[in-house]
Amino acid sequence: MTQLQPSPAGQPATRTAQPATRTGAFLDVRNLSVKFPTDDGLVSAVNGMDFSLERGQTLGIVGESGSGKSVTSQALMGLLKGTSARVTGQALFQGKDLVTLPESGMRQLRGRNIGMIFQDPLSALHPFYTVGHQIAEAYLVHNKASKKQARTAAVDMLGRVGIPSPEQRYDEYPHHFSGGMRQRAMIAMALICEPELLIADEPTTALDVTVQAQILDLMSELQEETNSALILITHDLGVVAEICDSVLVMYGGQCVESGPVDEIFYDTQHPYTLGLLKSMPTLSSSSGRLNPIPGQPPSLLDLPKGCIFSARCEYAALAGDGVCASQRPELVVEDGHGKRCHLRGPQIVTIRNTR
Amino acid sequence: MIRFIFRRTGSLILLLVAVSFITFTLFQLGPADPASAACGQECTPERVAEARVALGMDHPFLIQYIDYMRGLVSPRMIGAPGAESICQWPCLGKSFQTNENVSDIIARSLPYTLSMAVGALVLWTVSGVGLGLLAALRKGSATDKFIVGAASVGVSLPIPVTGLFLLLVFVNQLHLLPFTTNEINSPFGPQGPWAWVLNYLLPWVALAVLFSAAYIRVTRTNMIETFSEDFIRTARAKGLAPRTVTFKHGVRAGITPVVTMLGMDIGLLLGGAVLTEQIFSVPGLGFTAVRAAISGDLPVTMAITMLAAFFVIVANVVVDLAYAAIDPRVRLQ
Repeated sequence: MTQLQPSPAGQPATRTAQPATRTGAFLDVRNLSVKFPTDDGLVSAVNGMDFSLERGQTLGIVGESGSGKSVTSQALMGLLKGTSARVTGQALFQGKDLVTLPESGMRQLRGRNIGMIFQDPLSALHPFYTVGHQIAEAYLVHNKASKKQARTAAVDMLGRVGIPSPEQRYDEYPHHFSGGMRQRAMIAMALICEPELLIADEPTTALDVTVQAQILDLMSELQEETNSALILITHDLGVVAEICDSVLVMYGGQCVESGPVDEIFYDTQHPYTLGLLKSMPTLSSSSGRLNPIPGQPPSLLDLPKGCIFSARCEYAALAGDGVCASQRPELVVEDGHGKRCHLRGPQIVTIRNTR
Repeated sequence: MIRFIFRRTGSLILLLVAVSFITFTLFQLGPADPASAACGQECTPERVAEARVALGMDHPFLIQYIDYMRGLVSPRMIGAPGAESICQWPCLGKSFQTNENVSDIIARSLPYTLSMAVGALVLWTVSGVGLGLLAALRKGSATDKFIVGAASVGVSLPIPVTGLFLLLVFVNQLHLLPFTTNEINSPFGPQGPWAWVLNYLLPWVALAVLFSAAYIRVTRTNMIETFSEDFIRTARAKGLAPRTVTFKHGVRAGITPVVTMLGMDIGLLLGGAVLTEQIFSVPGLGFTAVRAAISGDLPVTMAITMLAAFFVIVANVVVDLAYAAIDPRVRLQ
């Protein structure tokens, strides 16, 4: 296992290296941690993330604000290099470790092998350059081509993402585009070099619901076309159910549950995931009130000693002996379904059925 | 675009009329007595009265003003009845002191002011924006702290202090530079551009020390803000080289406030850097304006004030045009 820096003393022990059973995965993330030194202390934004992904697959990373979803994606993109963030662990992408790869090597991968779609396309697109120019620019970084060829490629891509009369729209500025069109342009920019891995950081959050559906359809369509791997970061479980193959639920910078999408929804193993599902508004809900998970997420400056969800967990007492408050549970993976919880399977089933 | 130019030209004329009227009024209200000044040491009341007539000051205030403004559009006659002389268009009047055409005085002083302004401007823009950008890129580092500290010192040093210090060290003690001479007022003169640079280097540095401090701070603050924008992250995510991210995506977006400042400062500086010209004895517009104001030379004061206002207004129009060139969202209707 490669580690840039030893974990600072006083941090909870993270898991040691896994036996190399899953080598050769397209993307293999092992024990990825991100910490930010601040004036108030060290913020542990991501704590020991493990997951892997194959081409053609879609992984949904779900969690509330501040759970470390976006930081994980930025660490994978190497966008935290050159900042004060301390990234440790390993992220093997086609055999290259994205954590230790120097900025120059990372730059070769960005855009060409790993594309990224951001949340708010209005602020993520440069206001002073035409949409077409920005897409062509992304093409020109990684392809030896003339400006004319880049323009043709960009116009073609704009057409592929469903922008009408792309030849004219090429010369327009982001502020001339509607929200949905802007996100399409953003997708065109991320896909112009046909990257094998696409990271979409809340791609539909800034859009209204009908446009959301269109954008999701477009993304799955293009993913199928290019057989790329997709990491979809979202806090919207509906989006996850729609297009993801597997799901990773994050809480306080940790993965608390992971597995195939059906199992996460129908064989939920973690009380936090249960709470998330329960808090979703349903059309049949009779009370008309939402069911939020009570309490606040833990401070990332000072994570609790035990299970990081224990303070908000209704069922912490069921595990007995105050184990939830004193001992951090490991992520236990069984048949591809992982959970980080002291409660045993039968207890969870009981809890689920009482709901 | 054409409508924009028309509108701005219209407001330019209105502003110039307002500025000139205010200057004229202030002059009338003030203690200046150009007639007795012009008539010299041994003056009888009769000669003062003659001088008043010769200067046109026997007319009512408004008539004087209108006479003056008429000269801006057509030639006019100036002087006591019987001893009139023609003042060619654009007539800015004749100096109460020397009876010279004010336009000639301006034409003589302007090259000095331009020489001062151009060099100082280049020096402080390059150093201010360059250092500000460097500080922003190295935010929080020792370099950043040093630059910000130096900027605070620079902005708190008044021109008389920096100017005299520079003169003392580089001219008086080290003999590295000549004392500023009036013989050079353009890089195209017989002495060549190098002599011009050496001649004006100290005033440039004195002005640059004062001005670049503000530019460093504005550039730094704006660039730090811009570098944290989402579109910078997008640019990096495309795999662009750091240079492209910094300059093409960062600087272009973060530079607009500096352009505004620059426009204002160019306008101000072209009207004459009063203190700097005094310290370095450069007979530019500022220098001339101070002498004219002290000696009650209304036409010269008027002309320089209006010229300064003209420069400020034109600089503002240029800023607006530059804004439109930089930011497509403010393209002119």
